[in-house]
Amino acid sequence: MSKQVRFSSGRAWLFFYLNKYRWQLLSGSLFVLASVAFGVVLPRYVGHAIDDLKAGNVTYQKLTWSVLIIIGASVIGGVFLYFQRRTLINMSRYIEYDLRQDFYGHLQHLPLEFFQHQRTGDLMARATNDLGAVRQIVGPAIMYSEQTLFRVLIILPIMFRISVKLTVILLLTMPLVTLTVKYFGHQIHVRFEKIQEFFSEITARAQENLTGVRVVRAFAQERSERRAFARLNDEYVERNLDLVRLSAVFRPLMQFFIGLGFVAILLVGGRETAQGHMSLGEFAAFNLYLEQLIWPLIAMGYVTNLIQRGTASLKRMHEIMATAPSIADGSEADHALTEIKGKIEFRNLTYRYADGPPVLQDINLVIEPGQTVAFIGRTGAGKSTLMNMVPRLLDAAPDMVLIDDHPIRRIPLQVLRANIGYVPQETFLFSERLAENIAWGAPSANAEHIERAADLAGLADDVNEFPKRYDTILGERGITLSGGQKQRTAIARAVIRQPKILILDDSLSAVDTYTEEKILTRLRDVMRGRTSLIVAHRISTVKDADVICVLDHGRIVERGTHETLMQLGGQYADLYERQLLEEELAAS
Amino acid sequence: MADHHEEEQLGKLYDAKAARRLIKYLAPYRRLVVIALSLTILLNLVRQLGPLLTKWAIDDYVAPAAQGALALNSAFDGVFWLALAYLGALSVTLAVGYFQDVLLNTIGQRVMYDLRAQIFGKLQSIEVSFYDNNPVGRLITRLTSDVDSLNELFTAGLVEVLGDFVLIAGALGMMFYFNWKLAIVSLLVVPLLWLATMWFRNGAREGFRQVRTKIARLNAFTQEHISGAPVVQLFNREEKALQQFSDINAAHKQANLDTIFYYAVFYPLVNLISAVGIAAIVWYGGGQVIQNAITIGTLVAFLQYTQRLWQPIQDISDKYNVFQAAVVASERVFRLLDTPDKIASPDTPQLPATGGRAVGRIEFRNVWFAYKNEDWVLKDVSFAVEPGESVAFVGATGSGKTTITNLLMRFYDIQRGEILLDGVDIRLWPLETLRENFAVVLQDVFLFSGDIASNVRLGKDSIDDARVEWAAREVRAAGFIEKLPEQYHTKVRERGAGFSVGQKQLISFARALAFDPRIMILDEATSSIDTETEQLIQQAIERVMADRTSLIIAHRLSTIQRVDKIIVLHKGEIREQGSHQQLLAQRGIYYKLYQLQYKEQPSEPLRAAGD
Repeated sequence: MSKQVRFSSGRAWLFFYLNKYRWQLLSGSLFVLASVAFGVVLPRYVGHAIDDLKAGNVTYQKLTWSVLIIIGASVIGGVFLYFQRRTLINMSRYIEYDLRQDFYGHLQHLPLEFFQHQRTGDLMARATNDLGAVRQIVGPAIMYSEQTLFRVLIILPIMFRISVKLTVILLLTMPLVTLTVKYFGHQIHVRFEKIQEFFSEITARAQENLTGVRVVRAFAQERSERRAFARLNDEYVERNLDLVRLSAVFRPLMQFFIGLGFVAILLVGGRETAQGHMSLGEFAAFNLYLEQLIWPLIAMGYVTNLIQRGTASLKRMHEIMATAPSIADGSEADHALTEIKGKIEFRNLTYRYADGPPVLQDINLVIEPGQTVAFIGRTGAGKSTLMNMVPRLLDAAPDMVLIDDHPIRRIPLQVLRANIGYVPQETFLFSERLAENIAWGAPSANAEHIERAADLAGLADDVNEFPKRYDTILGERGITLSGGQKQRTAIARAVIRQPKILILDDSLSAVDTYTEEKILTRLRDVMRGRTSLIVAHRISTVKDADVICVLDHGRIVERGTHETLMQLGGQYADLYERQLLEEELAAS
Repeated sequence: MADHHEEEQLGKLYDAKAARRLIKYLAPYRRLVVIALSLTILLNLVRQLGPLLTKWAIDDYVAPAAQGALALNSAFDGVFWLALAYLGALSVTLAVGYFQDVLLNTIGQRVMYDLRAQIFGKLQSIEVSFYDNNPVGRLITRLTSDVDSLNELFTAGLVEVLGDFVLIAGALGMMFYFNWKLAIVSLLVVPLLWLATMWFRNGAREGFRQVRTKIARLNAFTQEHISGAPVVQLFNREEKALQQFSDINAAHKQANLDTIFYYAVFYPLVNLISAVGIAAIVWYGGGQVIQNAITIGTLVAFLQYTQRLWQPIQDISDKYNVFQAAVVASERVFRLLDTPDKIASPDTPQLPATGGRAVGRIEFRNVWFAYKNEDWVLKDVSFAVEPGESVAFVGATGSGKTTITNLLMRFYDIQRGEILLDGVDIRLWPLETLRENFAVVLQDVFLFSGDIASNVRLGKDSIDDARVEWAAREVRAAGFIEKLPEQYHTKVRERGAGFSVGQKQLISFARALAFDPRIMILDEATSSIDTETEQLIQQAIERVMADRTSLIIAHRLSTIQRVDKIIVLHKGEIREQGSHQQLLAQRGIYYKLYQLQYKEQPSEPLRAAGD
């Protein structure tokens, strides 16, 4: 389904994008080079001016020339500096856009099981904080690294020409800076990762507290929640300070080593000048050159941090990117299949989650197109898991599930799902207009279709009570529907697709029985010739089905019509009797 | 233009106000702050020594005005001592720099700790209805990202800016000391720099706001579509969703690109202005040298000082970005902190004579309540529940059943009338004491990540393992729990994923019982549960109702029949009260509800709730 190429590492992923924008990268780099080159003009002409002054053979005209050259070079250098940022930093925003697009696109192809195991807060942290850190690598980090590199490459030869001895001495202090950066960079990386990990933790914990606010309040647990949060808060601070204690050495130490350069100029350069080996102008220019090198040297430290952080984040994002969308069209998919009739077969179906015990065992069932099959059984019997097999939210071993006599994996996922109307046990609607929510899976639906679907789902009367009717916005920025209204919206969303297979996974639980009966009757008409799978807990919901299956511990223990199951006198009849008993009790 | 100016003024006003308030958070660490500031000042003064030492070296030794006046040997001695002094200054910078950095960050982290604790505390005390209007994701941003950008302000921002100012003041002082005319000439470009900075500030601020808005949209969309990923897949909406995402993503990118423009212009502009400044020094200072008004050493020192001057000025504008982010963040954090708790303990709380542990008598006296304006959800509702009594509320959706329980626990406050617990208005009770008397089982069971035991005891440490197990046994939850490999220590993931609805309910019954409330509030789940579990739950309900006042929003006939009293609500009013049999005999609303729902549904439990 996903056409994306997967990358062996986060690095490879990032390089893919750098390659994509290689022209920006190249031209941006040239701009950096140009702006650095013009920057060198200033110290040089300041040096000339000082030499002239020293020699005493200076005229205002000569001074004016030097001054004009200095300003001219700055103007030209500035233009390049402008373009440098406009190309390189812009590029980083383009890459950020692509990465985010990739990441989100990948996420939405991951299977149900993935989301059952991953906390939303954690995924969000990766999609926000980590992504931001990765952008820093391709933006500022690249720009500043290049600036550093070019400054060193251009300024060093000039310095050599002035004084080999002094330059060599300066070169001896440079590696000290590099070594400091290297050592501290690694340590910082390790500690920063610990902070990031904990950031996810603290976010997830807070999210949970806020979502469960009513429970917390009802049980008066605010104080203990605060204590629990204080513990996390403490730990977070501690981990941050761990990093601080390290980075606090890093910067001053670097500045110290840089300062050693000025000491060297003063001591050695001063001696050379006094001895006449270099001019006073060169001595002054040397100072200015070193000044120009300070920022790049500091930037190197800054960039190391950016890169360390970015790499850590890149790794975390890549972990998700490396998770294969395990449910996707494989080589066995037959793209010639463009529609389905609705026959479903489970053949020796056994399924387990990860290493758990089997939740479905030896399910054998053939459902003909147009049949209505109901599933009943206690909680945890495997009903929802079985339903999830049909739209391939979960994948069983090959050949255990067949649609229209084809192994389910032969049917392109898109085709399969387009023909299924699924109403999940837990309703999830989106913060969009009601009409959009209903037409969610049927892009071609018009207003009339939407209203018909709503009517079918018993939702139309409710909608007519809303001032904005189908334009009512749901969710965060809109209104909150009741549980029953949500369920009925989900039913409308499923039936509007005119599916070949309709699955109601306990989808009428929050709907009153009167409405339920109305909905079921109407559905029966609409679903004539189509397949319906209904999971329920009430006999009333299932008793008219063509086949009723009773599930227990992942097995079908009874099957038949209402009448045959009653005659059988097993679990179904038991259930019926118990519900009858309640009714008799009620009558007493 | 006038408008623009006014806006600027307002912005400044607000900046100052927010900054002052932020500084208050430093109060507890006053001594550390003073030390840190002293270190900052010391650090930046020591940094002034470099150019001064260079000047002395040039004028006295390297290129003395009087040629050959000093012997080579003594010249080296002089340079040597100056270099040594330079080295000494560097060492001081190293040591002081370290301590200053550690100190600053420690203060910053402590302040962040306090802020996070305060925000979290606020979120615990603010009324429940606040959450109806404020999505959780937004609140999380307050607690995490916003606080982090404030951290930037404290550590990287404020104090470094202060350091920069010290550096600027030091350099200016030196320049004026050496030659005030040259100093003034080198400062001529400052107004240009100021104008450039102004232009940048305005542009970057607007750009920054745009970026924040876009990122909020992006995050909201991502969050929702991660939670709803399976639904997206089921309905083949991947392409469409990706398209929508792409639009929002592109808007975010554009907002960023717009902002980059200001940065791209600003930096070169500052460089140019700086170059003009240097050119001015060379040009005018050169003239001064010719006229012997200053030495060449002074000229070189001036060049070094201005270099030192421009860097901090640029830094300050650079920090403006950080500052702006922090102000926006603080604006939002303070707005949250300033939101008054609409529901809080009274200043002078009152308890019944019998004390804080309630006997359990509840009375509603002419209660009127609306969630909004005058849309009355409850109209003149009066009833009383005696200690130990059990009462079921029956009625259609919107009749106000759930509202009654929400009001009782003061999730919302009523507009008219009185609600009394043990004869005392609940608004006079200390809030925590009031709520400690209740335990609730909500329709939608909420489990926290942790394990089963921690979900039963929540944060109450006095509920030990033995009590957890006892409660689980009493409500028949032990059956399934003890079959799990890790029993009570079985991990519970976010929102209880992996447990069935019935299992979650049993755990929540155990939770309610373990807390031993005086009043049990039960919002029965509409039957998402199979008959077997249903019976377990029925027994659990009976168990938790025993010996205490119980209020039930009932959906099951079996429950309703066992209660002492049924209250029938209709459109926010109490229409009937009495036992099951009495109400049936009345042939009123209850009878109709009963008829309607049972007529052709022989096996159906009463589903009074509608939906």
